[in-house]
Amino acid sequence: MTAATDTTTTTDTPNTNGSATPDTPDTPDTPDTPTTPDTLAAPDTPGVSADPAAAPAGTAPAAVAEETRRVRPRRRLSPGKRLPAARLAGPLVFLAAWAVASAAGQLDPNAIPAPWTVLDTAVHLWTGGTLRTDILTSVERAAYGFAIGLTAGVLLALVSGLTRTGEALIDGTVQINRAIPTLGLIPLFILWLGIGETFKVAIIAIVVYIPVYLNTHAALSAIDSRYVELAEVLDLSKLQFVRQIVIPGALPGFFVGLRLGVTGSWLGLVVLEQINATSGLGYMMFQAQNYGRSDIILVGLLIYGVFGLVTDTVVRVIERRVLSWRRTLSS
Amino acid sequence: MAPHTEQLTRPAVRLRGLTRSFGGRTVLDGIDLDLPAGQFTALLGHSGSGKSTLLRAVAGLDQGVAGSGELSAPERVSVVFQDSRLLPWRRVLENVVLGLDGKDAYDRGRAALEEVGLGGRERAWPGELSGGEAQRAALARSLVREPELLLADEPFGALDALTRIKMHHLLRELWKRHRPSVLLVTHDVDEAIALADRVLVLEQGRVGVDLAIDHTHSRDEYRTRLLAALGVTEDPA
Repeated sequence: MTAATDTTTTTDTPNTNGSATPDTPDTPDTPDTPTTPDTLAAPDTPGVSADPAAAPAGTAPAAVAEETRRVRPRRRLSPGKRLPAARLAGPLVFLAAWAVASAAGQLDPNAIPAPWTVLDTAVHLWTGGTLRTDILTSVERAAYGFAIGLTAGVLLALVSGLTRTGEALIDGTVQINRAIPTLGLIPLFILWLGIGETFKVAIIAIVVYIPVYLNTHAALSAIDSRYVELAEVLDLSKLQFVRQIVIPGALPGFFVGLRLGVTGSWLGLVVLEQINATSGLGYMMFQAQNYGRSDIILVGLLIYGVFGLVTDTVVRVIERRVLSWRRTLSS
Repeated sequence: MAPHTEQLTRPAVRLRGLTRSFGGRTVLDGIDLDLPAGQFTALLGHSGSGKSTLLRAVAGLDQGVAGSGELSAPERVSVVFQDSRLLPWRRVLENVVLGLDGKDAYDRGRAALEEVGLGGRERAWPGELSGGEAQRAALARSLVREPELLLADEPFGALDALTRIKMHHLLRELWKRHRPSVLLVTHDVDEAIALADRVLVLEQGRVGVDLAIDHTHSRDEYRTRLLAALGVTEDPA
């Protein structure tokens, strides 16, 4: 029984003022309690009729109210049960639409080749071309940059969150670093580190460490001071305090930073490989652009997308395991 | 800061001229107090009378608070707060043994949980416990450390009336079995009379009333006296 049907039923009662709009609040509390306690609402508010669900029109309201008192189901505010394979549903629908449009000849094959053409190109590149080395190079860059950025972000957040000196030295510096668009550092880093691998890894590391630091540090500072007091009462050592309270307490924030960092590492990679590379997926796509091979570009994009999706899923799975003590909306 | 030294002779807690003030306002004004070992003492007072300040001073939790005086308390002190203060990210048993070392820590933790009636809930998350259960777990966490002094700051204040009665029995039982000195801060006169052997009323930073409770005696008389000391007259009906 939904709120809408309840309210519309009430309009065919002696009440006349609310006839036009079905959801007009007849009583001040209508928005929250559409079928409000039948027994109470019926006698003293002329705007609301007797129990609309069970009472046939014309019966004496008071008598009905006595007999049909039942529990009104509450409106569900959580999103409800999760759909099966929910995260794949959207991409699959998109893929299907793409395939149908291609088969129907609605898409210009030079601009947007059909899915099977892209797949064919991918297989071709994998077996006969440089796709394997390109993927390997890209993954390596992302992985190195991510690992360095993650380590730096966590360490800086810990030092900054646990010591006042660390906070004074680190926090302001990172905030300034955050204000500078990292991709704007590319020219400078090329001058410093050359156009090889080092500068690419360095840029990715910076893109990763900032969200990891910010979210971990925020979570550290937000740890409830009551737990700090508890640690004092229980005579925990500094090490026990960090292990039992600081780190687990900061984990939810850390995971937020981690997911942003993972996405950031791929984002940084795409930009770096399309501007300043001589190998890798981005380079492959850049070359394809020169030869007008949109199918190769799409192969590159798809691989980036799959990488992003897979790494994000991995982080989510880890997060759900580690934070199993939390019962949230998504559970 | 007052020294927080161990004293091997009785009494368990000894305060001499204990003074504490916040921003120029004197909350504790030269308190002299001895708590004999093994005694169950309740500390009553209005909100803001300094009950919690006194308890926190004895617990050694008032670093940075202005004050003077002499204070000695046992080495092993446990504190039970009004909230259970269980770490939500550790299971119940891990909360109980938090900070304990030794191979038998988990066994002792299990025994303590058994004792407070939470046997079988070792692997539960604190978020899955009811308010009463969480406070039982907090009691187990205090007990497992075999305290010489148990400080309780309105430990049952957030519980419903029925659960509170059960917890009263439990606390009294545990006290009889383990015999720590107990200092229970409460604003509930009936709770103080039901649990304690001695009731103190804190008035304007000093101990105004110091009443020994004889549990065979009628409670009404104590009640009237303590309420009068707190400035409350019972309803005329």
